[in-house]
Amino acid sequence: MWKNLLDWIEYRIPMMRVAKMHAIEYPAPKNMNFWYVFGFLATIVLVNQIVTGIWLTMSFEPSAERAFASVEYIMREVDYGWVLRYMHSTGASAFFIVVYLHMFRGMIYGSYQKPRELLWLFGMFIYLALMAEAFMGYVLPWGQMSYWGAQVIVSLFGAIPVIGEDLTVWIQGDYVISGATLNRFFALHVIALPLVIVILVFLHIVALHEVGSNNPDGVEVKRKKGSLKEEEKSKFKMHEYYTSKYDIIDDVVPFFPHIVLKDLVAFCVFLLAFCYILFFKPEMGGYFLEAPNFEIANPLKTPEHIFPVWYFTPFYAILKAVPDKLFGVIAMFAAIIMLALLPWVDRGKVKSWRYRSGIHKYNLLMFAVVFVFLGYLGGTPQEPWKVIASQIGTFLYFAFFGLLWLYSKNEKTKPLPERIG
Amino acid sequence: MKKLVVLLSFLLPSLVMAAGGSKFPLDHADIDRTDQASLQSGAKVFMNYCMGCHQTQYQRYQRTFEDLGIPLEMGQANLQFTGEKVGDYMKNAMPKESAAKWFGAAPPDLTLVARVRGADWLYTYLRTFYVDESRPFGVNNKVFPDVGMPHVLQELQGIPRETHEERMIDGEMKSQYVGIKSDGSGTLSPEEYDKAVLDLVNYLVYLGEPSRLQAESMGRWVLVFVLVLFVFVYLLKKEYWRDVH
Repeated sequence: MWKNLLDWIEYRIPMMRVAKMHAIEYPAPKNMNFWYVFGFLATIVLVNQIVTGIWLTMSFEPSAERAFASVEYIMREVDYGWVLRYMHSTGASAFFIVVYLHMFRGMIYGSYQKPRELLWLFGMFIYLALMAEAFMGYVLPWGQMSYWGAQVIVSLFGAIPVIGEDLTVWIQGDYVISGATLNRFFALHVIALPLVIVILVFLHIVALHEVGSNNPDGVEVKRKKGSLKEEEKSKFKMHEYYTSKYDIIDDVVPFFPHIVLKDLVAFCVFLLAFCYILFFKPEMGGYFLEAPNFEIANPLKTPEHIFPVWYFTPFYAILKAVPDKLFGVIAMFAAIIMLALLPWVDRGKVKSWRYRSGIHKYNLLMFAVVFVFLGYLGGTPQEPWKVIASQIGTFLYFAFFGLLWLYSKNEKTKPLPERIG
Repeated sequence: MKKLVVLLSFLLPSLVMAAGGSKFPLDHADIDRTDQASLQSGAKVFMNYCMGCHQTQYQRYQRTFEDLGIPLEMGQANLQFTGEKVGDYMKNAMPKESAAKWFGAAPPDLTLVARVRGADWLYTYLRTFYVDESRPFGVNNKVFPDVGMPHVLQELQGIPRETHEERMIDGEMKSQYVGIKSDGSGTLSPEEYDKAVLDLVNYLVYLGEPSRLQAESMGRWVLVFVLVLFVFVYLLKKEYWRDVH
């Protein structure tokens, strides 16, 4: 009966074939460490955002008059509405935490290098779409920070010469941030951008499975067809889509159950932290939910300090570090574009930092430190010393790419092992 | 290298989290969200002294009464003064535009004030009004200088005045602010007044997030569940990976 049903379906749509190819018999390097769980976690968080988002939409009212009140209605009167809202707000920050770690993983193990350039680019597009999604979502509760944060970010488009002012009005749908802005951000937040993100995630995964997963050693597990002896080949059954094109060395495990179980262990650890914040510290000390945002938007009252949410603050610091607004905006976008260009900035042939030069290791660590430091500068009240500090930070941020381009050409690297150790 | 990464990843969040600060030192509000007597007395103070000007329009009377263990009839008889239904939102009749004229700014809604300002801020604010004849209402505030609000709790506290003490600072005798003292004309002693304010703050904290206690009791079970799940998932993972070297 069951088998007949499956056969009936399989005859009409390749359900099992796709499942086997992409989720069961996909060869994954056996040495993928904890850095490799964040893609899985990002997917989980994406699902969380979509599901809780659907339920929030059922009670949220996207108008300047009702948005703030309807969020409190969800918090107080919708059954378990507060769980949904906190899952969504904690999920937004969690998304960026896992995505930043996911990106840094790609950097330390050279996962952006040939042949994974397009995979990296899809990832960067996801990151861009995610930033737009998060920004617009933050406007929806219509609190003070929603309003004034939107004011600051949308006004950035005003810095573009000639078309800037018209563009700002076009984006806002009004001469100021208003209910019209809230309405369109709602539309973009709940349907347009999620759709874009889901499609990009699909492409990201398709591209990943085409070129295969990288690993902490940066040694490819897919070898030329006919280059391996039978005993060197993987003992696990892998999908013929992969085995027909390549010989797969005996350093891989199937995605199911091995990688899935590993990801589930990470998922449990993630869930512990996530649920602790959700149930005990939903504001996370004012970083996940900022205190001024519990006050309804008031166009006549500027908050004492206006910051974007923590995940934007490194770029906000870069923006503020440049005295000229237009050049500040250019620097901010350049900071993201440089990341996207990594596959071409890095001219090295060795992927993993394990086998690369000492200078590369320190360059990477320095980059991480500078990124977090810029985040601190962009997320705390302005002080005189911070102007200089954020200029130095901005310089160091871009210096990472400059240095990488310079030393990667003739870098002293360690010999790569023949197989994963 | 690995150690360095681990060390940095632990140090950096603490660096980033170290932010904020206020000019006037705040007293710690030692509130207990589970103390229903305190919450009820806070609600009583709120309804009698605050509700005339400040609404808490996002919450219904019924929810408050239920959460605070007040029988609905008793709540309606003692805490609702203008004949609303128990299922109504907690609003007042003050016209916003006139209020803005009277006070310089319309009194804000207080449903979420504890989440905007924090318990310590509220606790200190309500205890640091002092006589200042230069102000329209004859009082000023230490935490919120030149605030538009009169000292509504004066009936309880009495008339509060700044006190100064001569102190030796850098080799010179200087008059230094040491605190605020009531003239004793209020119905409460200083200790009783502090307690009344603490109860009020407790109530406001409750009002900001009525689901807090439920969240914590539910959260404990969720964490226990995840921990148990973790053990089984980890063992299963180990079992499957045993033969992979």
